[in-house]
Amino acid sequence: MPQVTLTVNGKQHTVEVEGRTLLVELLREKLGLTGTHVGCDTSQCGACVVHVDGISVKSCTQLALQADGTDVITIEGLAEADGTLHPMQEMFREHHALQCGFCTPGMVMTAIDLVQSHPGGLSEKEIREGLEGNLCRCTGYHNIVKAIAAAHPLMHAKAAE
Amino acid sequence: MYDFTYQKPGSLADAVKVLSGDPEAKALAGGQTFIPVLKQRLNKPTTVVDLSKLGLSGITVSGDKITIGAMTRHADIAANADIKAKIPGLAHQASLIGDEAVRHRGTMGGSLANNDPAACYPSALLALGGTIKTDRRSIAADDFFQGMFTTALEQGEIITAIELPIPEKSAYEKFRNPASRYAIVGVFVAKFPSGVRLAITGAGQGGVFRHTEIENALSANFAPDAINGIVTPPDDLNSDIHASAEYRAHLVGVVSKRAVAKAT
Repeated sequence: MPQVTLTVNGKQHTVEVEGRTLLVELLREKLGLTGTHVGCDTSQCGACVVHVDGISVKSCTQLALQADGTDVITIEGLAEADGTLHPMQEMFREHHALQCGFCTPGMVMTAIDLVQSHPGGLSEKEIREGLEGNLCRCTGYHNIVKAIAAAHPLMHAKAAE
Repeated sequence: MYDFTYQKPGSLADAVKVLSGDPEAKALAGGQTFIPVLKQRLNKPTTVVDLSKLGLSGITVSGDKITIGAMTRHADIAANADIKAKIPGLAHQASLIGDEAVRHRGTMGGSLANNDPAACYPSALLALGGTIKTDRRSIAADDFFQGMFTTALEQGEIITAIELPIPEKSAYEKFRNPASRYAIVGVFVAKFPSGVRLAITGAGQGGVFRHTEIENALSANFAPDAINGIVTPPDDLNSDIHASAEYRAHLVGVVSKRAVAKAT
């Protein structure tokens, strides 16, 4: 079987996969990182979003072998070693931006990329457009949008430190 | 998904060799359409050839044209300063494809090779009168699209770049399906010194097409009102659960007017 070597949350792994193995299957089934969810499995819902080389992608729509040599960050890789939450996670908690929590890992990963790629600021409209590929069936999005807006200055202040 | 052999060749010649030697081998660009197709078992390739290591991405401007590498991602096209300044309709079009994560993976060459009848890029290529560069030849946009999901590409032929002439004005307007974000009707208009070209995606049974009657009216007078009174027959248009052929025919006029009003 072919092998894929990639870094996930700072740790390098070499894993045997099939040609058809998806990145999300590698993460969940081979590495046990079940924080990344499979919602629709049809590229619509965004529950599977992770960062590959710093960019948000749908891990259900990428082959594991395509990720060979890349640096992957999942929801498990955000908090600090002592358990301190990433500012985006903290703001999701603060603003009650989740109910059942199923979409939350993908929402948080998409939101972080969105904030990082808009250093000058993010309007509510930009946040809503940026979330087009992430579906939430509980909250109606309002609190998610609030959480992302609140995380923007925190993340950029932290990056400037 | 059925299993397959995965290959990531490091040279164009190697990729062409694998794809030419096996009719059941398939090329993988960004995979944002192809991987869902594989999941549905609508395709059963023996080998999937990943084109990501062939050096086919990048955007260059030279004189009166912009050349876009086939593996350039939608997000890069949407954000590119040269494309925004010189072909704003194309930058806007790229920003409307799928969603943020899809735009981070999907490629222009992949979309054009697939020629989905509701995809966006075919309308830009056709309206701009661009040229498809492949490993073996150049193909004019007017000769490239040959019906839905069908192009002039031969077995094993790989798109390497897309060459687009810079127009005086351009715009893309999309009336989109709110769930899939594909075009129910999408119109790309491009104004050149020699005249106006206008291409419509999403509506035609045979995929993207030019609307010569609207083009002639706009070449004489580049204004939304120039389209008034032009009737598009619904005969060759799509009817599905999203929109009837008659509704699409109506939208062709409405969306074309909006595109002209927006053209810069």
